[in-house]
Amino acid sequence: MLTLPIYLDNNATTPLDPRVLDAMMPYMTNMFGNAASRNHPFGWQAEEAVDYAREQIASLINCSPKEIIFTSGATESDNLAIKGVFEMYASKGNHIITVTTEHKAVLDTCKHIEKLGGKVTYLKVDDKGLIDLKELEEAITDKTILISVMYANNEIGVIQPIREISAIAKKRGILFFTDATQAVGKIPVDVEADGIDLMAFSGHKMYGPKGVGALYVRRKNPRVKVTAQMDGGGHERGMRSGTLNVPGIVGLGKAAEVARQDMEADTKRIAAMRDRLERELLTIEESYVNGSTEHRLPHVSNISFKYVEGEGLMMGVKDIAVSSGSACTSASLEPSYVLKALGLSDDLAHSSLRFGLSRFTTEEEIDFAIDHVKQAVAKLRDLSPLWEMFKEGIDLNSIEWAEH
Amino acid sequence: MAYSDKVIDHYTNPRNVGTLDKAKKNVGTGLVGAPECGDVMRLQIEVDENQVITDAKFKTFGCGSAIASSSLATEWLKGKTVDEALAIDNMAIVEELALPPVKIHCSVLAEDAIKTAINDYRVKNGLPELELPKSHH
Repeated sequence: MLTLPIYLDNNATTPLDPRVLDAMMPYMTNMFGNAASRNHPFGWQAEEAVDYAREQIASLINCSPKEIIFTSGATESDNLAIKGVFEMYASKGNHIITVTTEHKAVLDTCKHIEKLGGKVTYLKVDDKGLIDLKELEEAITDKTILISVMYANNEIGVIQPIREISAIAKKRGILFFTDATQAVGKIPVDVEADGIDLMAFSGHKMYGPKGVGALYVRRKNPRVKVTAQMDGGGHERGMRSGTLNVPGIVGLGKAAEVARQDMEADTKRIAAMRDRLERELLTIEESYVNGSTEHRLPHVSNISFKYVEGEGLMMGVKDIAVSSGSACTSASLEPSYVLKALGLSDDLAHSSLRFGLSRFTTEEEIDFAIDHVKQAVAKLRDLSPLWEMFKEGIDLNSIEWAEH
Repeated sequence: MAYSDKVIDHYTNPRNVGTLDKAKKNVGTGLVGAPECGDVMRLQIEVDENQVITDAKFKTFGCGSAIASSSLATEWLKGKTVDEALAIDNMAIVEELALPPVKIHCSVLAEDAIKTAINDYRVKNGLPELELPKSHH
């Protein structure tokens, strides 16, 4: 039986896997100790649980458990990585290279760095959402201390050429940080093979709990350090103070373990459903996939429906929970900056929907979503004067619109 | 965002969707808004020899509130004289549909569409064009 609305917004957050909840429960009840309490079994139990989680996570991303710094989530990890490197390596330089399609947690942190006197280069992307490696090389100066490029984009799912980027960084002796929030737990991420020096990720994007994340910080070749952004008890090798969120960390650990076990089978099933959804929706006239379909996460599809207005479309697809490329919270519409960076016009950016599937998505739900979207688009086009003009062969650019 | 029941009703069952023959002398057409702003409304009226609006049709590209505003406008227009139609104020639409402040521009656009359609009709019939107040959005 279908329960409406259907959740297809798994890039925003994923449901907690019941296996993860089971692992967390004891640490929310009788095993409540502080992992920093060294004098009694309550503390030992908690510390043991945290250490075990570190191992579970380390084996998912192929690092040493000591290289995991627990945080409150990917936003904090992004801040810690970028600000922490900027401070720690101030004597080496003050230049950071990033990309216009990064998450706001990276972009706004970089803006903050600029206010502090740092220099930031924002690389553009092509119409597929990918950066140009030559442009990256050309942006490097002798003051460059960090390259920050996300693993996979949250809106379009496009995966950047991580190994090529890290090779460039290594060759020039620059640290490479990646916000891998959308990638870890979904596709194989291997910090050794990928050449990553710092990596941010989060529990709630991989069927773990909210409020917990991690920053991977390389300890060998090279040994990387970040300046702590919070003062306190010196937890997490002095890089992140604050009592550890033991149940959250246990949950993140379990989520990592489940991801490692189930990834291959999950991906196969989810990608097949995503492909079917996309194939069906692309049979709608004047619909377009946004971003590369070749270098893309298996569970994401971002599609624009021309001649349909975004907010009206969202209202029409009320039985599925998806995200739109339009943030219409104020009188002025703000089209997605990621889609704009791909070169989409405002109207196409506004009329996009992002579908994010999960391991809990069913074929039945996809069937429903296909019909629901098709009906909504058809209905809105019947109502749309622009669609009528398009059908009559009128070039909409030839009309003098009254800007308002 | 929560929509009022009336907005949802007009969105779900829009009244008077369609197209009138804009070549006819007694049909006035108003096309307002712009695609990049996210709203385009086309409102049409058909007027009889007694200056009574006998039919009204719309098509709107826009959010639920824009669709509801224009749908409501067509309902109100039918049976009114052209002069009575000119008196329709956007705030009456805001009240009827319980539009929140961020959606007032939808009602303004609907009022603009009515006035533009009336002007189109007037010009076609040799009447002087009325000066429209500048849109305040």
